Amino acid sequence: MTDHALEPRGAAVTWHHVGDDAHDHGANATVLGFWIYLMSDALIFASLFAMFGVVSTAYAGGPVPREIFDLPLVALNTALLLASSITFGQAIPHIEAGRVAPTRFWLAITGLLGLAFVGVELFEFSHLIAEGAGPQRSAFLSAFFTLVGTHGAHVTVGLIWIATMLVQLGRHGPSGEMKRRIVCLSMFWHFLDIIWIGVFTFVYLYGVLR
Amino acid sequence: MSAHLHAEHDVHASGHSRRGYRIGVALAIILTVIPFWLVMSGALPDPGVTAAIIFALALVQIIVHVVSFLHLDTRSEGGWTLLAFLFTAVIVVVTIGGSIWVMYHLNTNMMPMPMPDRSVAQ
Amino acid sequence: MTDAVSKTIFGRLGWESFPIHEPILLGTFAVVVLLGLVIVGATTYFRLWGYLWKEWFTSVDHKKIGIMYIILAIIMLLRGFADALMMRAQQAIAFGANEGYLNSHHYDQIFTAHGTIMIFFVAIPLVVGIVNFVMPLQIGARDVAFPFLNNLSFWLTVAGAILTMVSLFVGEFARTGWLSYAPLAGLAYSPDTGVDYYLWSLQIAGVGTTLSAINMVATVIKMRAPGMTMMKMPVFSWTALCSNVLAIAIFPALTAAFFLLMLDRYVGTAFFTNDLGGAPMMYWNMVWIWGHPEVYVLVLPAFGIYSEITSTFSGKRLFGYSSMVYATVVITILAYLVWLHHFFTMGAGPSVNSFFGIATMVISIPTGAKIFNWLFTMYRGNIRFELPMMWVVAFMITFVVGGMTGVLLAIPPADFVLHNSLFLVAHFHNTIIGGVVFGLFAAMVYWFPKAFGFKLDPFWGKVAFWGWVIGYWVAWTPIYVVGLMGTVRRVHHFDDPSLQPYFIVAAVGGVIILVGILGFVMSIVMGFVKREQLRDTTGDPWDGRTLEWSTSSPPPPYNFALTPVVHDLDAWYDMKARGYERPADGFRPIHMPRNTGAGVILAGLALVLGFAMVWYMWWLAALSFVGLLVVAVGHTFNFKRDFFIPAGDVAATEAKRRPLLGVGA
Repeated sequence: MTDHALEPRGAAVTWHHVGDDAHDHGANATVLGFWIYLMSDALIFASLFAMFGVVSTAYAGGPVPREIFDLPLVALNTALLLASSITFGQAIPHIEAGRVAPTRFWLAITGLLGLAFVGVELFEFSHLIAEGAGPQRSAFLSAFFTLVGTHGAHVTVGLIWIATMLVQLGRHGPSGEMKRRIVCLSMFWHFLDIIWIGVFTFVYLYGVLR
Repeated sequence: MSAHLHAEHDVHASGHSRRGYRIGVALAIILTVIPFWLVMSGALPDPGVTAAIIFALALVQIIVHVVSFLHLDTRSEGGWTLLAFLFTAVIVVVTIGGSIWVMYHLNTNMMPMPMPDRSVAQ
Repeated sequence: MTDAVSKTIFGRLGWESFPIHEPILLGTFAVVVLLGLVIVGATTYFRLWGYLWKEWFTSVDHKKIGIMYIILAIIMLLRGFADALMMRAQQAIAFGANEGYLNSHHYDQIFTAHGTIMIFFVAIPLVVGIVNFVMPLQIGARDVAFPFLNNLSFWLTVAGAILTMVSLFVGEFARTGWLSYAPLAGLAYSPDTGVDYYLWSLQIAGVGTTLSAINMVATVIKMRAPGMTMMKMPVFSWTALCSNVLAIAIFPALTAAFFLLMLDRYVGTAFFTNDLGGAPMMYWNMVWIWGHPEVYVLVLPAFGIYSEITSTFSGKRLFGYSSMVYATVVITILAYLVWLHHFFTMGAGPSVNSFFGIATMVISIPTGAKIFNWLFTMYRGNIRFELPMMWVVAFMITFVVGGMTGVLLAIPPADFVLHNSLFLVAHFHNTIIGGVVFGLFAAMVYWFPKAFGFKLDPFWGKVAFWGWVIGYWVAWTPIYVVGLMGTVRRVHHFDDPSLQPYFIVAAVGGVIILVGILGFVMSIVMGFVKREQLRDTTGDPWDGRTLEWSTSSPPPPYNFALTPVVHDLDAWYDMKARGYERPADGFRPIHMPRNTGAGVILAGLALVLGFAMVWYMWWLAALSFVGLLVVAVGHTFNFKRDFFIPAGDVAATEAKRRPLLGVGA
């Protein structure tokens, strides 16, 4: 049935893989696995974007985007997050070369920028709620707070992760495991920046346009 | 991603990836500034055209970020990351586009109709 | 204790939350407590706690996790089936003046729990368990890509199942149907704990399912034995891959929908409310973006199981392997484009309905191709009608009918008549029992000797088979008929006495299925009793064709002493045909993951979080949430996650099992 079957019995065939195989454990699957996780997270955001899209004009007589979105503030936040993505990029060559101190420096800068981003977002949220434009006011505002807030929660998780990495880098140095974790963290961080492109375009800029 | 991991062994690839990274940073900044400027200054009279432009720019910027920050290419992980990304992109389009299409239909068809005035008929 | 203090500590949990006025629940509770005491007592008496904790609960071995998934599913099957029998009994007697023995409040909980449990805690864990056990063996891997994550996924599923079971005795379960449609499931119409139990248990279990799916996809992509290209991968592993890819693609939509409904209920947002611009139909839209592909998440691995069994028991290579793979991939993609057929009648216009109707019909093409592939595999084969093969034949006959009623329902005008009727209920039970459940039973019979080293008892296995097959047809044919006549679903009392005979027949069918279920339990018990007669020492009891049969039954913890190299699609058949000889030496230390209790602890905290949120015990919720974070971050500080089995130990194990194993048998 197969062409192999026509070969004589006992012909020299390799039946086993002997030697150094990374096949037996999942370490080399981490980056791919994390990538797949990011894809599923992207789909959670896609669902939230869809929800926002469906109720984006359901103001229920409440405030409309033009009245409540403060574009200069959004521009500031966008700049903070983009800057943090860039500073994270600065850390990568250092961790690849095994230099701990500069890696921690750039990670810390990234963390501070991220912290500022979350701070500005919390300020924006508290301001809106004080104005009576809270998430309970209309479906549009529910979707706005949920979409932007979920992104903010992800950034907060990223901050906890950065703090953990700063501690672990101090303890363990640039081991292979640590490099892998920081590469995953960088993917996570850049991914959040990509989601933010969708947020500032679809929610803020497009919201103000109409 | 994998470009990072391989960089230890492959200085050339690393250098290449750094250059791609710098181009990416420059493009990302430009592609962020333009839409904000367009909307905040109201440079174009037609908001529909502005909207179309900012959506197109967002799409381009997402691709720029994916390529130069997430280092997505055809080779990493034997092409599996690219395949996963394309599959996800299709699903994202179906989820968002499909939901809006479906919900638009439901909203339009299920609007409360004006009740026929029975008193006139009698 | 003052009311305010009690509210702070216990939230809305009070004495009235315990259903002491419900004799049925009280009786169930007594039985459960008694059984629980017996199990706990026996475990303590035989000093098994340490063994269970070290060898099973904390295990990261994919085989043990797979078996635990299957045990969970069988336990939950008994619960879900008890619900089914109660509904059948109620509908058989509740005609005219007879109100039946269940009030509508209780009945609504039962049909909700039945659907929820059968899909989320029976079908999914069974599929995940079988994929977990079989797939790594089939691709020649030592474990999955992320062994700890696998353990965590399992325990999260258990936590969800426990939370659902707790609702039986503390508070109540949802009365909103198995997908808890908004706005009925919103706070305005369902203010009690039911929907919260539903949301939290499914959300916790859903995280587990998503993580497990990511794990399985990474495993298939990265851990295949050398030489096993994608087109030399066994069909079951292919379907496991596609099913898990689909799961990753759809579970986010369900998570998001549940998350938004939670916000509506806890925060007071207006996503799915009737007022403030809410869009209740968006909830339907999102849950069905998950819901329809979920059917394929379940049935694709079953198709894989049928393929393996047909090929093995026909003694032939699978007919049309590549068309089988392409059909699987096509179904994976099309599955995502049909969700609206679940609400054709809810106001979509002709263009939308036509699109989704046609897309639904198109899916039957690759599915039909698969049926023909199995038939052609059997054609001129040397068929052995052992139990697994009997299940396959029963599947082909039963499932084709379910598929055809499905195509019927895919026609929007027909759906306008049949929507929400018992015809629809009969249709999906036809596909899920005939397609998924039969496949899972076939899989359990087929791979049981691989897992435990002895076959299931064949006599009781046949009782299980005939009980299920006859029971299915007796139970569901009358439901098809009354459904076609216009009887709607989820009704707890009927006025028209002419329908009663049909429901009595259906109830009898339910009892016959019960015989099937008990027969299956007996086949395990009697198999264990007669295990010396049924012992499989060769590792290859069915004359198998794929790699899992090349190792011993049960396999050693490391699966394969040396990683096999694959030259052919039917790798083990190829090895046997070409006189493969087992290695006697040259073993190397084997790198293995270490067991960890972190998964159990994290899932336990998630369970506490869910319970606290259901009952508004905010302090406990905050505490368990912080606990979750601390344990999760703390676990990343554990860098000692692996160890090596010394080459000497491997050699010793191999020397013991090698003489027993059949080669080229």
